[in-house]
Amino acid sequence: MEAQGRLDLYRTMVLIRTYEEAILREYHADKKPVFDIGAGLVPGEMHLSAGQEPVAAGVCAHLTGDDAVTATHRPHHFAIAHGVDLDRMTAEIFGRTTGLGRGRGGHMHLFDPAVHFSCSGIIAEGYPPALGQALAFQRRGTDRVAVAVTGEGAANQGAFHESLNLAALWQLPVVFVVEDNDWGISVPRSASTCVTSNADRAAGYGIPGVRVEDNSVEAVHEAAGQAITRARAGEGPSLIEVHTLRLWGHFEGDAQGYRSDLDGVPGRDPLPTYENQLRASGDLDDAKVAGYQAAASERVEAAIAFAKESPEPDPATALDFVFARA
Amino acid sequence: MTLTEPSAPAGRKLSTAKAMVEAIAQEMDRDERVFVLGEDVGSYGGIFSSTTGLLDRFGPRRVLDTPISETAFIGAAIGAAVEGLRPVVELMFVDFFGVCMDQIYNHMAKIHYESGGNVSVPMVLTAAVGGGYSDGAQHSQCLWGTFAHLPGMKVVVPSNPADAKGLMTSAIRDDNPVVYLFHKGVMGLPWMAKNRRSIGPVPEGDHEVPIGKANVVRQGSDVTVVTLSLSVHHALDVADELAGQGVDCEVVDLRSLVPLDTDTILDSVGKTGRLLVVDEDYLSFGLSGEVIARVVERDPALLRAPAARVAVPDVPIPYARPLEYAVLPTPARIRQAVLDLVGA
Ligand SMILES: Cc1ncc(C[n+]2csc(CCOP(=O)(O)OP(=O)(O)O)c2C)c(N)n1
Repeated sequence: MEAQGRLDLYRTMVLIRTYEEAILREYHADKKPVFDIGAGLVPGEMHLSAGQEPVAAGVCAHLTGDDAVTATHRPHHFAIAHGVDLDRMTAEIFGRTTGLGRGRGGHMHLFDPAVHFSCSGIIAEGYPPALGQALAFQRRGTDRVAVAVTGEGAANQGAFHESLNLAALWQLPVVFVVEDNDWGISVPRSASTCVTSNADRAAGYGIPGVRVEDNSVEAVHEAAGQAITRARAGEGPSLIEVHTLRLWGHFEGDAQGYRSDLDGVPGRDPLPTYENQLRASGDLDDAKVAGYQAAASERVEAAIAFAKESPEPDPATALDFVFARA
Repeated sequence: MTLTEPSAPAGRKLSTAKAMVEAIAQEMDRDERVFVLGEDVGSYGGIFSSTTGLLDRFGPRRVLDTPISETAFIGAAIGAAVEGLRPVVELMFVDFFGVCMDQIYNHMAKIHYESGGNVSVPMVLTAAVGGGYSDGAQHSQCLWGTFAHLPGMKVVVPSNPADAKGLMTSAIRDDNPVVYLFHKGVMGLPWMAKNRRSIGPVPEGDHEVPIGKANVVRQGSDVTVVTLSLSVHHALDVADELAGQGVDCEVVDLRSLVPLDTDTILDSVGKTGRLLVVDEDYLSFGLSGEVIARVVERDPALLRAPAARVAVPDVPIPYARPLEYAVLPTPARIRQAVLDLVGA
């Protein structure tokens, strides 16, 4: 990979992390001293994706806004990497009228039709719609692809298996991405399945599958490139599982008392790892790092300011948008 | 059956969550056939603390964390129940029923009937319900009306700690499938705004609340407010407030949708002549219509004024707080409906 490609991956990862740190800050800011999930500027459940940046950055580097992404309840990293409007996404998380869903959806329900992005709070349920988007792309004779994301916990859900089967049958241009962060809330991977790799499961449906073991953004980029090229060429679906890292709790407020691997977690943070790698190869230096970080902060703080300055929805409009008007 | 009214004096106070766990633990002690399964019911202790401590106490053979495979593990509970075990299976949020509804309503709920009464399915399906904390359209629903609409399952919804224990005990001992729905807002969780009655007295030892018996939680003469779950507390608060304005509300906590205690509702409406149904489920085709229909079917003359209802209008639960509170059955909406009913 060329230097610019590497730096682009790094920059995306920095933007995602900067965003998640800012949401973390805003989420908890007014929930002190006693944590109340319903209080504050950003109430409700909050699932942050810190540690999983390599997956989104590596996959989405191959996509354009014409391609579709269906993400999970932990959607921000894919939303950002796929180019979802950051201001309107943030406004949605803050429940404002300028949000992607005018405050109706919230952080697990982000829809940006401009880049064919959606996500869902119901486990594995983003897989089936991706098939339909791929079908639409295929019918229209385009080379567009749909990327469907789940966690490894979701790979035990029926919709996951039905989707792999149907995509294979119809040779749909879909890339299935599994983020294996070892945990489905408190249930470790070892307590939820006997297969060691979801790439093995892909084989069961006649789909090529690869597992990227080390949360390396370049390895994800490589594997995703092959899968997406295949899909664009009309050669059908494939699956990529990335062994990634849930750096923080399942959701904010999760004390993670169940978690046995916490001691080693900070050392596995992919961001300093990649940064060091790029410094060692001479692609990155202090000035560049500072530049990327400053740009990311500026972008993210602008989005948060936009959200905070936007009005809250008028209660009188609560019943709008149940149906589309002809 | 020991019928203990939860209003019976009791010294100690528990949260609804702890009361639920106590009931399950006591039944597990009493009956080797009882076991618990579901997502995060083990070391996490249930996302809403509905199984806290059970794994430590009873071990992994009787408290089983499951994969995210609701169709499989709820179906497995059905099979185990058919073979004589007594599973308590948790579907974390009721909103997730879509991925496993076939097992629930085509299997759990129908086997007894289809077998001509020869097979019973003695299981409890628990799930968290309710909104009010901006968890959005896929994590805030009540949906009890949906389960109640489909024949073959009892549906219970406790509003307070004592009932949570008593209804759980009855549900586990019942030979039928019982859907047991607990509102997050009454669990007494440390990380959620607490209703002050979510921690209350709970009888020690054996405590059953019969399934199908509503509780008149406040006597009154002007208006009957029929409701359940968190809305009971809103109704009681409104009743206290309106008492100062000369409006005397009777509040009926249904405790169960199936069976529905029609007699208690009729007795109350016979006394007050006015009926308000408050329901945190959707308005149309649900509990509120059912309650009113039963009154009107029996005797429309019982009503001195048209019956009224406060429910979630037919819209997905919005995320943003001002929108969510515009559609929830808030005390303000309940108060206004009562005042309209008495013509104040
Ligand atoms: C059908 C369904 N079942 C259960 C849940 C509750 N739930 C939300 S996230 C989660 C764990 C998901 O684990 P995984 O798929 O590995 O994704 P991760 O959270 O690790 O990113 C569970 C059980 C849900 N949202 N939907």
